Amino acid sequence: MPFLTVDRLAKAYKKHEVIRDLSFAVEPLETLVVFGPSGAGKTVLLRLIAGMIHPDRGTITAGGRDITDLNPEQRHLGMAFQNFALYPHMTAYENIASPLRAKQTAAAELDARVHEVATLLRIDHVLSHLPRALSNGQKQRTALARSLVSRPPLILLDDPLRNVDAKVRYEMRLELPRVLRARETTVLYVTQDYKEAMALGDRIAVLIDGVLEQIGTPRDIYQTPANSRIARLFGDPPINLLAVQPVGGSQGAQIRVASTDLRIPPGQARRADGCVLGLRPEDIAIGFEPQPGAMEVEIDAVTPLNDREVMLLRARDGTEIFASAPQGSLETGQRGRRDAWAMLDLAQAHFFETGSGARV
Amino acid sequence: MKGISISPLRGALMLIVALFFLFPLFWIVLMSFETNTDILRSPPQLFFSPTLHNYAALISGKLGGGGGTMTVNYMQNLLNSVILSVCSVVVSLILAVPAAYAFARFKFRGGEDIAFTLLSFRFAPPLLVLLPLLNYFQVIGLYNTYFGLIWVYQLITLPLVLWIVRGYFEDVSEDIELAYRLDGHSWLSTFFKIAIPLARPGIAAAALLAFIYAWNNFIFALILGSSAIQPVTVGALAFITSSGIEYGQIAAALVLSVIPTLVLAIFTQRYLVEGLSLGAIKG
Repeated sequence: MPFLTVDRLAKAYKKHEVIRDLSFAVEPLETLVVFGPSGAGKTVLLRLIAGMIHPDRGTITAGGRDITDLNPEQRHLGMAFQNFALYPHMTAYENIASPLRAKQTAAAELDARVHEVATLLRIDHVLSHLPRALSNGQKQRTALARSLVSRPPLILLDDPLRNVDAKVRYEMRLELPRVLRARETTVLYVTQDYKEAMALGDRIAVLIDGVLEQIGTPRDIYQTPANSRIARLFGDPPINLLAVQPVGGSQGAQIRVASTDLRIPPGQARRADGCVLGLRPEDIAIGFEPQPGAMEVEIDAVTPLNDREVMLLRARDGTEIFASAPQGSLETGQRGRRDAWAMLDLAQAHFFETGSGARV
Repeated sequence: MKGISISPLRGALMLIVALFFLFPLFWIVLMSFETNTDILRSPPQLFFSPTLHNYAALISGKLGGGGGTMTVNYMQNLLNSVILSVCSVVVSLILAVPAAYAFARFKFRGGEDIAFTLLSFRFAPPLLVLLPLLNYFQVIGLYNTYFGLIWVYQLITLPLVLWIVRGYFEDVSEDIELAYRLDGHSWLSTFFKIAIPLARPGIAAAALLAFIYAWNNFIFALILGSSAIQPVTVGALAFITSSGIEYGQIAAALVLSVIPTLVLAIFTQRYLVEGLSLGAIKG
């Protein structure tokens, strides 16, 4: 039985529907990442679950209780905010102790639990500091400690790594799963960083314009995106979306992409007309000798990205295509424009309908 | 930032400004230690034999003017000023701080209109409302009572506190309050433990301003009360006597009347500065 169930939830401001008929369920001890571009309604969704705003329609059930109309203090959940939301006039210790104080926990137990969670998050040395004396990373750890200290069965994390620097974000991305596992809690995590979503989520729910477009494991979503919008959101550089024209003749499985005729491998989508081809940059191999079935391109720019080189290719008809290759796999020395041949690995291609963007 | 050093030109200009504003104050303090004869001597002299006579006369209430002796209960006026101003500010804080919170946090029908109506009390010329008020007060027995005056003083202090504190409440992040409630604290406890402490600099500033406005008010007390409850502003009128103006005693009265405001300003300054350095929410 799922721990958290959101059923046909809707919220509109004026006439703008921010959340539209949203339904999903989170299993006990699962980490569900709600991922979406900014303005998708992620924060509104969290606030609906936290009880800061009330839905126009729909219900929210947590741990078998209908919490839709409860006050925030009655919902028994922890929350960490993007802007930390620490109490500026209280020390880190008092910030973390706040949920326990609300429960009138005995002093000795309170002290033990604050130190336990502070040790887990490695902030036990700054407990006496006021928030303004903490670094952003420490502020976020304090906020996380506060959300975890009373061992709530559900915690909401609202893009908690947004305002910390890249190094801390990377550390926390590795550390958070350990911390969350240690506390045995169900987690709803909101982010707009696909890497964070893939690193932290047992499952990912993709929210676009208030609509849940896909929910599944990180692998599902990366490998079989439900539509071209989702495909574009996962991946850096983003997936190439190329218009496809069907090629006449009885050959059958041939398509024309960027003025080049390509053979579709067996097993790939039958329909090619009215489609968009989605191909990730890593599925395009670059060679400098003509090969059969390769597309003639010009390399316009090469930029390193982590351990790969990202290339901007221009096909003969002007179509721009991203490709990437491991660092050093390209012949060195030539960084300027040059002609090349691109092998598109169509076995990895996704086909989407031109109009709706839905997966074929 | 160019550091703490101030260029000579800047320093000179600041000195001029300071002198411009402080000189009258300095002159008043000087006058309060002079006899009327010294004050009226032409040309004025910086050196004179200081006397505490003015203060003594004020405190004893026996004014020895040019003619005979007259009694002026200036210390009572001072006490009245304290009672009226302190009570007005306290009443305003009790009423306006929760109201300001409501206006800042909740959007309700007619909310803006009510807030603006309260502010508009500050637009009306006092004389416009005073004469009808005098009639009412005499009928319902509020004329010449502290209660009646404190009530009318709300016209001055309440909108001021409401609008200043509202702005400070709006600056308190709603997320902080939500976080506190999610911790399991009630709405009321969030108001007292989070909203009030975080808006404290604003509340202090508003209270100080309201106090100064109330302290300096003249016209309400002049019309709605008799000498028994009138504050220093009205009480100082007594020094303009038929036998002349007692400049020395007026100066001494002024110095005495400035002291409470000054002390309060110095005391609340701590909170004002604290408010500026309260390392808020982000960054």
